[in-house]
Amino acid sequence: MSFNPNTALIVASILLVLGLIGVLTRKNIIFMLLSVEIMLNAAGLAFVAAGAKWQQADGQVMFLFILAMAAAEVSVGLALVLQIYHQHKTLDVEELTELRDEHVNM
Amino acid sequence: MDHLLPYIPLLPLAGFLILAFAGRRLPGTVIAIIGAGSICASAAITLVLAVRFLQSPPDGGAYTQHVWQWISIGKLSVPFSLSLDALSLVFVFIITFVGALIHIYSVAFMRKDRDYARFFASMNLFVCAMLILVMADNLLLMYLGWEGVGLCSYLLIGFWYETPANSRAANKAFYITRIGDTAMAIGLFLLFKELETLNISEILSQSPAHFANDSNNITWIALLLLAGGMGKSAQLPFQTWLPDAMAGPSPVSALIHAATMVTAGVYLVARMHTVFELSPVAMTATAVVGALTLLVAGCTAVVQTDIKRILAYSTISQIGYMFLALGVGAWSAAIFHFFTHAFFKALLFLAAGVVIESLHHEHNIFKMGGLKNKMPVVFSCFLAGAAALAALPLVTAGFFSKDQILWYAWSAANGNVLLWIVALAGAFITAFYSTRLMLVVFWGEMKTQISEYPSRLMTVPLIVLAILSIVGGFIEWPHNLLHITLFSDHLQQVLPETSLKADLPPEIIFQVIAVLATFSAIWLGYYLYIKKTDLVHNWKQTPGNNAIIQFFYSGWGFDQLYHTLFVSPFLYITRINKADVIDQLYHGIARANVSMNRVLSVSQNGSLRWYVVGVLIGILFIITLQLIV
Amino acid sequence: MILAWMICILLTAGLFCWLFAQWNPVIAKWIALLSVTINFVLMGQLCMEHYSTLSNPDPWFINYQVPWIPSFGISFHIAMDGLSAVLVLLSFFLGILAVLCSWNEINKRTGFYYFNLLWTLAGITGVFIAMDLFLFYFFWEVMLVPMYFLIGIWGDSNRSYASYKFFIFTQTGGLLMLLAILALYFIHGHQSGTYSFDYFSLLGTNLETTAARGIMWGFLIAFIIKLPVVPFHSWLPDAHSEAPTAGSLILAGLLLKTGAYGIIRFVLGLFPEAAADIAWWMMLLGVIGIIYGAFLAYAQTDLKRLIAYTSVSHMGFVLLGIFAFNQMAMQGVVMQMLAHGISTGALFAMAGMLKERLHTRDIGQMGGLWTVMPSMGGAAMLFTMASLGLPVLGNFIAEFLILIGAFPAAPAITIIATLGLVFSALYSLRLMQKVFLGPVTIAEPVKDASARELIIMAALGISIIALGLYPQPVIDMVRTVVERAVNSS
Repeated sequence: MSFNPNTALIVASILLVLGLIGVLTRKNIIFMLLSVEIMLNAAGLAFVAAGAKWQQADGQVMFLFILAMAAAEVSVGLALVLQIYHQHKTLDVEELTELRDEHVNM
Repeated sequence: MDHLLPYIPLLPLAGFLILAFAGRRLPGTVIAIIGAGSICASAAITLVLAVRFLQSPPDGGAYTQHVWQWISIGKLSVPFSLSLDALSLVFVFIITFVGALIHIYSVAFMRKDRDYARFFASMNLFVCAMLILVMADNLLLMYLGWEGVGLCSYLLIGFWYETPANSRAANKAFYITRIGDTAMAIGLFLLFKELETLNISEILSQSPAHFANDSNNITWIALLLLAGGMGKSAQLPFQTWLPDAMAGPSPVSALIHAATMVTAGVYLVARMHTVFELSPVAMTATAVVGALTLLVAGCTAVVQTDIKRILAYSTISQIGYMFLALGVGAWSAAIFHFFTHAFFKALLFLAAGVVIESLHHEHNIFKMGGLKNKMPVVFSCFLAGAAALAALPLVTAGFFSKDQILWYAWSAANGNVLLWIVALAGAFITAFYSTRLMLVVFWGEMKTQISEYPSRLMTVPLIVLAILSIVGGFIEWPHNLLHITLFSDHLQQVLPETSLKADLPPEIIFQVIAVLATFSAIWLGYYLYIKKTDLVHNWKQTPGNNAIIQFFYSGWGFDQLYHTLFVSPFLYITRINKADVIDQLYHGIARANVSMNRVLSVSQNGSLRWYVVGVLIGILFIITLQLIV
Repeated sequence: MILAWMICILLTAGLFCWLFAQWNPVIAKWIALLSVTINFVLMGQLCMEHYSTLSNPDPWFINYQVPWIPSFGISFHIAMDGLSAVLVLLSFFLGILAVLCSWNEINKRTGFYYFNLLWTLAGITGVFIAMDLFLFYFFWEVMLVPMYFLIGIWGDSNRSYASYKFFIFTQTGGLLMLLAILALYFIHGHQSGTYSFDYFSLLGTNLETTAARGIMWGFLIAFIIKLPVVPFHSWLPDAHSEAPTAGSLILAGLLLKTGAYGIIRFVLGLFPEAAADIAWWMMLLGVIGIIYGAFLAYAQTDLKRLIAYTSVSHMGFVLLGIFAFNQMAMQGVVMQMLAHGISTGALFAMAGMLKERLHTRDIGQMGGLWTVMPSMGGAAMLFTMASLGLPVLGNFIAEFLILIGAFPAAPAITIIATLGLVFSALYSLRLMQKVFLGPVTIAEPVKDASARELIIMAALGISIIALGLYPQPVIDMVRTVVERAVNSS
């Protein structure tokens, strides 16, 4: 079975756009987190495809890195989400605008 | 003998230090002993030195003592060294002796004051600074004394600082003399630039050669030094501080604002006589300033009602005489007038102090009166002083000195008839207001009861000064009478002899005219204030005359003038710029930043998705850039 | 080596203060006092030694250098000549008084306070002795940041505004200086092939006129902001008036002097021709500062603000004197740095003492204080007189030397500067009159100066009188430095 890097890259792009749409349209932080994960995996897939195309192990190595990082990120992210839920009793990003700039006055 | 020199100023300094640091814990008697004793000791040393000096004048005409090297940088070498020559001897003598008498008087006068120690500390410091001023052998050290006496004058005018008017008067005195001092400082800079020395004897010996072809610089130097002297000596246009300075205690007025400090300008000009002689413009300026001042201040004195202000204006006027004499080149006549004036004016201030104390601090002479028989000692002393001020012929010291000035105003090489007429008019006015003062205070009926009589400690200095006011002039007689010239012989070791015009009318004519002026003024005073008292009263009724009196009374409107010309604009500028206009510039920058921040902070709205869109747009932007370029 | 130890003592003592204050704040005070006193004694001894060997033609009597980052040509190079010596001595002297001033004033976070105080002092000391431009910049920042905390944490009601303003102004200048240092570093490296930040190697750099002018402005702006010179002065009144007493004392007494020191050492040293070109304009700026500062000082109603503006006026004399390029004027500048540090420091200390008692800085609410505290009144009289330049006190010597030296260089400017003496009388006497003279206005009884306060005042008073009556030791100490600075241009 022949491997076509173009196909893999197209799949990766579709994944990335899907993830992006998820991030942009979802209101719930958990879903946004999921979407981010999808985008990460899209990037990982692109790495693997690129590695296969040039016959280099680097792409796979990078994917391993991304995997490890994604795991770490998800644990931190979920912990933050839990905290947010504890403090604000909501996971709706539209209501989480604590970091809005209040005008600084001299 | 030289080694005794530093002790003359050092003893008062020691007195100051002790009183300043320990004074509040010392009992009154100890304070008095330290305060007055230090000056008396200085006077004793001066006496020893003076006797030696007169017996055998030292080599080079001066005792000098190098105390330490003060500053030495490159060409600038300023030692802290004192020197005593014939001119400074006269001043040191007056400062220590009149000073000692005034200190003794103050022991009783200030007895009840809460700040007894502070008073004597300031007075001792003053004497020390004044001695340094006249004994300095270079101009920078003289400037030290010069500013030092200014400080003490400030401290003592504002001695009763709890009354705001007093500290205002003190400030005014300091400000106005500071203007003169600044001019003098600029003069020193110019002098140093030209001659590269500040040593007085070097300046005097080098300047004739150095400035032979350069009349411009020497004129500036002389005028700037003159301005310094005018500030300190309250000459026109700097005279306004002295009448207000009367806010200080009477002994202060006697010592600082009559006998010693205000004559510092006379000393300066006499000390720098070579510099002045090189510049005819400056000589004329000195004479004209003196003439104008004596006339303006004399006219003002005539209408004053406050006893101390009368004496203050009279002091200004008498110093005007000294400046006039300096300006026409009658050096020793000027110093001689300083000499006699110190006695009689100190006497008048001290006696006025007694009168004021006895009459519940009443200053207005028209609320006094009839003291002739109640206080005979004070009366006769005051009479001696007033007679000397009026220059009663032959029996008072004032006559001998003023007569010389009148004579030289015409006859000296720089003199002219106009100066003589002004001086004569001044003599008439002086005699008139002296008579008025005497008659109003001591004759007539009593208007205020006497609350206390002066103690022995106060009357003894008065008597001594009264005797000196009479006999002090006998050491110098006019050329056509007796021709005793002890004083001018002594001074001519330092100061040049006065050169006279050729073909002069006989001196006796001038003397007769002057005497006639004095007597007619006394008679006029008698006529107006004893015989026909209603004459003055009626004259005052018309508004025109009243306006004239008001004009004179306010000191010719100088205070008002300065207020509009200098004080108000200064206050206006400082008031509107209190917040500092330059700071507003930085506030502007800060405000611009803040408003920019307002604009940009709209984008930081806290919405996560908004940020994601921002990131996306950024990425697209970069990718587009990559594709295009 | 001993110089490095001095800085180390301050830095470690600062850390110890911070640590031990958790346990007992009093220990922090004593550690601070002890460390600065040790340094003062050491420095005094050094000065004495140096004074006895003045005939030595090499002005650098201590020169210590170890590599720090050799690959960039950065070394830990500290050296001391007469100018550095007197300024470092002044730093430790005022440092002791600053610690004493804060003794009762500082009650919160005492340890951290003394940490900042000592580190600022260390930074100042470093600035005065660093002979490597990188090291100089490093110390320049070390003295800035703790000072920012001193104002920002222990300051008065408007402290955060003041501390920001102080930081932004100084940092702007600092960054310009950094640029200039780097430019000089690269130009020098390019020319000679060896890249070095060392002051003595950079001294020989051959610069084109335009390059020299540009780089000089980088240094000069940093220094004249610090000095400060009108129109860059406006951080000073805010910083001075909001800072705690010791902060004001160090700001006025020492931080301003780093600006003057920098101009003498670096601007005149590295760019003599470029500096000579702008001399007239700088003198003009100095005179504007003298008059403008005096006008502003007269208008103020806040005691510390008033004193702050007098600093602007006095520092104008410094600028005037430096750019007169005359030995006397330059000596006057050194005297002015010392005398102004002492006299203005004393006035700020006094303002702090008054604020402790009256809880206000508004001179409208004071008056007649001489009656209730005669000792303080006497001291205040002494220092206001110093500020208006009365002879016998050090400031007079300074101003006189500056003016007499500047007069031949620029007569008109000097005459206007001399008029500043009149204005200094105006604001000084107004200060005296409003605070100490007049009728007593305060209701509750206040105490006269305590023993600790009297010691502070006496130390400052004695030194200002000593400077006024016998300035010769200082003059001799800095003579060679001054001659070099003047002759270089």
